[in-house]
Amino acid sequence: MTSGQVVVVGAGLGGLRAAESLRGAGYDGHIVIVGDEPHHPYNRPPLSKEALSGGVSVEELEFRRKSSVDDVEWRLGSPVVSSDLTAQTVTLADGSVIPFDGLVVASGIRPRALPIPGPAKGRYFLRTAQDAARVREHLVPGARVVIMGAGFIGCEVAATAVGLGATVHVVALDEEPMVRPLGRELGAGMRRRHEAKGVVFHLGRTITEFLGEDHVTGARLDDGTVLDADVVIEAVGSVANTEWLDGNGLDLSDGLLVDEGMRVTDAPCPVVAVGDLARHPNALFPGPARRIEHWNMPTETGRRAGATLAALLSGQEPAAAPFSAMPSFWSDQYKHKVQSFGMPGIAHRISLVDGDVDGPCIVEYLDDTGLVGVVGIDRTSDLAPYRARLQQRLAT
Amino acid sequence: MITINVDMDKCQHYGQCCFEAEDVFQLDDDGKLKYTKEVGDDRLADIESAADVCPMQAISFEQS
Repeated sequence: MTSGQVVVVGAGLGGLRAAESLRGAGYDGHIVIVGDEPHHPYNRPPLSKEALSGGVSVEELEFRRKSSVDDVEWRLGSPVVSSDLTAQTVTLADGSVIPFDGLVVASGIRPRALPIPGPAKGRYFLRTAQDAARVREHLVPGARVVIMGAGFIGCEVAATAVGLGATVHVVALDEEPMVRPLGRELGAGMRRRHEAKGVVFHLGRTITEFLGEDHVTGARLDDGTVLDADVVIEAVGSVANTEWLDGNGLDLSDGLLVDEGMRVTDAPCPVVAVGDLARHPNALFPGPARRIEHWNMPTETGRRAGATLAALLSGQEPAAAPFSAMPSFWSDQYKHKVQSFGMPGIAHRISLVDGDVDGPCIVEYLDDTGLVGVVGIDRTSDLAPYRARLQQRLAT
Repeated sequence: MITINVDMDKCQHYGQCCFEAEDVFQLDDDGKLKYTKEVGDDRLADIESAADVCPMQAISFEQS
């Protein structure tokens, strides 16, 4: 029905799902998936948990790939450096230029790097399998670990490091760990769980300097406190990988703006975007288009984007149906399971509906329109009715 | 026939699969995953979706 070539920039979960969806929608042209890492798409959440505590190889983390993408050409270990959407080409770091009829932007995000003076050795991000392998070498009994940032990755690394016998300090400007998604009360409850395991929090604080000659030996905080450190993990948010799209007149102010079909409408050719960097509308949660860095969104946006691009490339109008994926996140810390549906981060108020925040509990998150999110701690099997209520927002 | 296998060493009982095929995957009252091991070929799309959305990537299946 069609031919030509689609280039998928980004060999992560979103890129894989978009390619599978292209095939599922009948696209039978050539597909090239370009990735900067040398691996096929793999699952990242274990990198801060079981893959960090040891014994999991990147091959074991690879996603199952549907047989429909067996004929995809993988260009792995090949970062994309630029693109020309008028000429319909992308250029790789090795200088090769790949033409396309349709483009999938799936280049994802990278950890934010703060400009803090001091030695670079001993400081790590945690985004890739290679990062995890490097950090793992440092997490030995008695190791002094300083974690910058108290979001999910920082807290999961803290729990994993404690489990390996390390001493852990967490430094964050936030007033409680995971405060933006969870709110103050539940964040405090999670903080107390960590403190009971020996984690020391320095909240409302920043690191002003890393100490040491060649390798980090410590961190100085803005109140003068000095923390000894053998290793530092920096987990203070993310930046969208969109620089390679510069110069094409796109809205790159916060990721890449797309419509409900994940189409980049200001592009001069068929372009869709998926995953962490796609700033998209969601009919379940009206308001501004948002980027949602939750694990399930690359799959949800990838499915839609593939169908949209297949339609565009065969000269048809993409489906006009609203996009209404349910955001969902989960986190393992010690034996505790934190699970959420909806968008608790946009709530104006929260309501503890069952249990208490220091034990198994369910918390509702509300705004003027009603329920916008739910979080359960160690109550996974009881959240389905809340998810169903959130789903009903579409009908009202 | 589709034969489903969930690696219970990997499964963390998050129940994401239940929303894709609720008659095949369920969480019991203790929050543990229960599932039907064999389903008909007409359920392929649902089982693929359930395997796709598993955060632990614990679900595999074979068609025979």
